[in-house]
Amino acid sequence: MILIGERINGSFKDIAAAIRERNKAPIQEWARRQTEAGADYLDVNLGAVSKSADDFRWLIQTVCEAVPTPISVDYNKLDLMKAGLEAYKEFGGGRPVIINSTTAEDSKLVPLVELAVQYNAGLIGVVMDERGSPQDVDRRVELGAKIFAVASEAGLTPDRIYLDPIVMPLKFMQEQAKNVLEAIRQFAMISDPPPHISIGLSNICSKAKERSLINRTFLVMAMAAGCDTAICNVCDTELMNAVATAELILNKEIYSDDYLKAYRKRS
Amino acid sequence: MPLAIPDVKKTWTNAINTVTLGATKDEGGTRTKKVTVGGATALPFHHFEGKMPYPPAIAMEVWDVAPQDWPEVLAEHFRDVWHDPGLWAKKCVEQYGADLICLRLAGCDPVRQNRGPQEAAQAVKHVLESVGVPLIIWGTGNDDKDNEIFPAVAEAASGENCLLGTITEDNYKTLVALCTAYKHKVIAESPCDVNIAKQVNILATDMGFKPEDIVIYPTSAALGYGLEYVYSVMERARLAALRGDKMLSQPMICDIGIEVWGVKEAKASEQELPEWGAQRERGPLWEATTAYVYLLAGADILVLRHPQAVASVRQAIKQLMGDGLT
Repeated sequence: MILIGERINGSFKDIAAAIRERNKAPIQEWARRQTEAGADYLDVNLGAVSKSADDFRWLIQTVCEAVPTPISVDYNKLDLMKAGLEAYKEFGGGRPVIINSTTAEDSKLVPLVELAVQYNAGLIGVVMDERGSPQDVDRRVELGAKIFAVASEAGLTPDRIYLDPIVMPLKFMQEQAKNVLEAIRQFAMISDPPPHISIGLSNICSKAKERSLINRTFLVMAMAAGCDTAICNVCDTELMNAVATAELILNKEIYSDDYLKAYRKRS
Repeated sequence: MPLAIPDVKKTWTNAINTVTLGATKDEGGTRTKKVTVGGATALPFHHFEGKMPYPPAIAMEVWDVAPQDWPEVLAEHFRDVWHDPGLWAKKCVEQYGADLICLRLAGCDPVRQNRGPQEAAQAVKHVLESVGVPLIIWGTGNDDKDNEIFPAVAEAASGENCLLGTITEDNYKTLVALCTAYKHKVIAESPCDVNIAKQVNILATDMGFKPEDIVIYPTSAALGYGLEYVYSVMERARLAALRGDKMLSQPMICDIGIEVWGVKEAKASEQELPEWGAQRERGPLWEATTAYVYLLAGADILVLRHPQAVASVRQAIKQLMGDGLT
């Protein structure tokens, strides 16, 4: 399972304040905490705090200085994404990188695939387009197949393509969770070997009361369907324990009595 | 139209740890030679898929006391030296080209001479003075006895960067602490069980011991005596390691001589079993064949006894490493 730590995001108040004040400490603390918790990548997102390339560059530098963990560069505008990747190239010293994210819309998909090729990056493709987010399985799979085709055509191998079926809040769109799981199953059949299948987990529990329980139940079910990547709260110990156990049940990790300790030491 | 042959090459995400044994004068030891094993990025000898930077190493077995029960076809090669572990080790290195010496403290075993920590430490020192290759020091397998002798043994070999063993799921704290204090590597033993192999490594690293300082001993069995079970455990561990399991990414050691020379296919003379042919050929062949199989399963260090088996296995390693072929 590839776990991407979600916490360095300008939509969190402490990160927003740190970006505004150019205060490295809280950001680096989250970089360390998520790395220690077992994050394979750290998502780094300016959020709505700033539209400045300088700020994004500073944010990426700040994270790179603190930990050797690779980054998923997260922004929804092309020019800033480019600035972010350029900064990461400078400060990340050749670590792997994931671009988070493109949609299936041609005006985004084509240039972002080009960036992924240019920066030797993985690319998360979210299955929505100019018509918005799909409400059924078929549309999700159709857009997933389109993203996969365009990315493959440009030379991205399946291990660099991450399809995201768009997880929606259980509390408000309850019927969508089942559709997402079915879309994951079908994404897994798009190619052999299949692309990565990535979810933004925390959407599932938005505004709910039992957030942690909903998160870990859904993630385990998604893993059983074929999901192998999640942007999530890696500091949720119970979530990490559930992932470690699901990896055993799926026979992806070898059992040992202290497998929870082994899972934390895995990287 | 010629049929296109699909490319079935595997790509792996993780490498086996490299482990270097022995320390030279500059490094605080007295070894004149060091041995590095591990580092593979693909299955054994799959040179087309990844790198295998270090060939498997051959350790020859030396005891601290003269063995009483070795068959004549084996004993005849060592009888002149086995009263003195230093001379014995020297013969293995100079005459038979051993990469490493595996000193088995058999004399400390309560069922044999039950020798004490000081005698064990003396044997270790004597072998260290007699040869320049790195040392593997193997205890008795009796937990209480091992915990009694290893403090003196580890100290006697301090700074020499030896490989000491074994630790098990039920007895690991003393030896792990000693290997940390005296800077040795450790052999982690599990009873033909990949889950326990992983567990022992987790227990040792939980004490702060570095996973890179561990060598896995998945137990060994002679050809015809459950070798295939060990093979599949080793294969499973190696596949998991190459896919990224850091708690199984250690090189593996196989203790072959002791197993093979305990089974009748190697031990029985032609007087006892005339239809099985000459023991002088059969015994070493049984040992070498067992070793070949473990090489293919991923063995990084092989502990052997018979000089002829050593020579054949060395030749096999050379060929499998592709020397002179590509």
